[in-house]
Amino acid sequence: MTAGAPNGEALRVEHVAKRFGGVTALADVNLRLGRGEVLGLIGDNGAGKSTLIKILCGFHQPDAGQIFVGGEQVVLKSVDHARTLGIDTVYQDLALINELSVYHNMFLNRELVRWPLLSNRRMRRMAREHLEDMGVSIPSVEDEVAKLSGGQRQAIAVARSVYSDARILLLDEPLAAMGAKEGALILDLVRDLKDRGEVSIIIIAHNYGQILEVCDRINLLQHGSITFDKPTSQTSVQELTDLVVAEYRAARTSRLRPDPSTNAQPEPRP
Amino acid sequence: MSDTVDVAERVEPAPAGRPSRSLPRRVGEAFLRRREASVLVVAVALGVYFASASFAFLTQPNLVNIAQATAPAAIIAAGMVLVLVSGEIDLSVAAVYALAPFNMHYLVDYYDVPILLAIVLALAISALIGFVNGFITVVFRVPSFVTTLGTAYIVIGIVLTTSHAYPAPIPEAATETIRNWFGDSDWAHITWCLLIVAFFHVLLTRTRWGLHTIAVGGNPLGATEAGIRAGRIKIGNFMMVATLGGFAGMLDAFRIDTIDPNLGGGFGIMFTAVSAAVIGGTSLAGGSGTVIGAFLGALVLAELQNGMNLIGISANPYFLILGVAIVLSMIANVYLSRLRRAGRT
Repeated sequence: MTAGAPNGEALRVEHVAKRFGGVTALADVNLRLGRGEVLGLIGDNGAGKSTLIKILCGFHQPDAGQIFVGGEQVVLKSVDHARTLGIDTVYQDLALINELSVYHNMFLNRELVRWPLLSNRRMRRMAREHLEDMGVSIPSVEDEVAKLSGGQRQAIAVARSVYSDARILLLDEPLAAMGAKEGALILDLVRDLKDRGEVSIIIIAHNYGQILEVCDRINLLQHGSITFDKPTSQTSVQELTDLVVAEYRAARTSRLRPDPSTNAQPEPRP
Repeated sequence: MSDTVDVAERVEPAPAGRPSRSLPRRVGEAFLRRREASVLVVAVALGVYFASASFAFLTQPNLVNIAQATAPAAIIAAGMVLVLVSGEIDLSVAAVYALAPFNMHYLVDYYDVPILLAIVLALAISALIGFVNGFITVVFRVPSFVTTLGTAYIVIGIVLTTSHAYPAPIPEAATETIRNWFGDSDWAHITWCLLIVAFFHVLLTRTRWGLHTIAVGGNPLGATEAGIRAGRIKIGNFMMVATLGGFAGMLDAFRIDTIDPNLGGGFGIMFTAVSAAVIGGTSLAGGSGTVIGAFLGALVLAELQNGMNLIGISANPYFLILGVAIVLSMIANVYLSRLRRAGRT
């Protein structure tokens, strides 16, 4: 894969592979995220999307391949390390702690401290401001998140990453638990970030309509490799749906044959 | 406000149904406060009852007795709460409690180490045992119940083997001042205890360490995803409870003026500390607990034992009452946390 100009590049992944025991989660992933770009990552369940995100945020270490942040090769040693490089993540499971308050969750592992004590008042105030900014209304930032609805929890997880001053945001299904209104709220937020142009974003989503609204480019992850890469303007919900459904059909027919499709090498990306 | 999406509409808690925004919050805080307050009420009620039943209860010598019975359990419980909140348990702390004074004795009498340094080294060895507990639990992923069951027997074995199961005197090198400081005076125990309880209360509720301890116990995967080093937190907490165990053992050795290999009864004081924590509102499932509650739990247990003695009930029903108290407070805990989560969809 040929790299773009280093200036215009936020993140690049080359030949990344990851295996869990005998299961190949990622075979050979090549991916490029431009500065200020919003990239939509789609693919069926089990295609390896979450594994890729967890590698990019430092949670898993890849078995092979290189990762470049801002043009420089890095080895992401831990989530903390990735965060210091400006990579922040909204996980599919949200990574919220039920027993902690909303504001402690929003500052989890990034707490404001006046050593040795937490600056609770400042964190409360900033959490309130950030949520107001986003247009999320919550009874109180002092509530334990266990009390909140799925949409509110998701909004808090997104707010936590957005306000972390990250330069690269990884959103793993940020819209999953959200109704139409709440989903619109997150999409607006992504659009705002895009307009400001400082943050580069990868979004995983299953709703192709929503993803086409905000993304500049779409990548399809199939069998552990990127098999499709097009600007949003050159594709459509129909095409994306067809791609994924075609894969499903192929898998279904191949199940009837003796040799399962897992060994079939997907097409290299165009 | 008009353009905000009201995500709150679905989550209005069912029980109250009143519209006020601050009400759920106040109810929540009242619950939280009540977790400690309910133990406080029990502690005060027991005090009032025993005081009315026996004139001896409120005399100074008896209050000293209660203080000295409360302190070691509460000191250990302070650390145990952190371990429990981070989702683990330490069964070996009673053994460490017995070992620490022996280590002091060996260092002073066999290796000519100055007494204060020997105390510090004995505590450091306790911390090391805590480290081993944490390391095995975190790195080899052995459940801490099993890890610390093993180290408990190992440490008890070390105590009995090295001491030949004979008690030893407090080293001659320990001056009057040192003896008084470390538990041979009336209020030394409870003073240390209150300082330690205050420190660990602040550690759990007002510092990053405490917040991360709750996070690691409440949602281990989520905490790791947020970049929290769960292993470090757990190992640190194991080290703290072991050090406190060693310290409590030291205090008790100085108080009874002898170093007894059966001090702590193998597992006895560990179970007292866990009971105190549980009665005080700490959940064994991890994620929630209070140090002050554990202190009050230890106080309740000490009052019970002491008061029943005074009013002439044999010590036997003590265990009956202890058992009922543990079961009841556990049911209350589970019930309360379910209530607190009632609003979740």
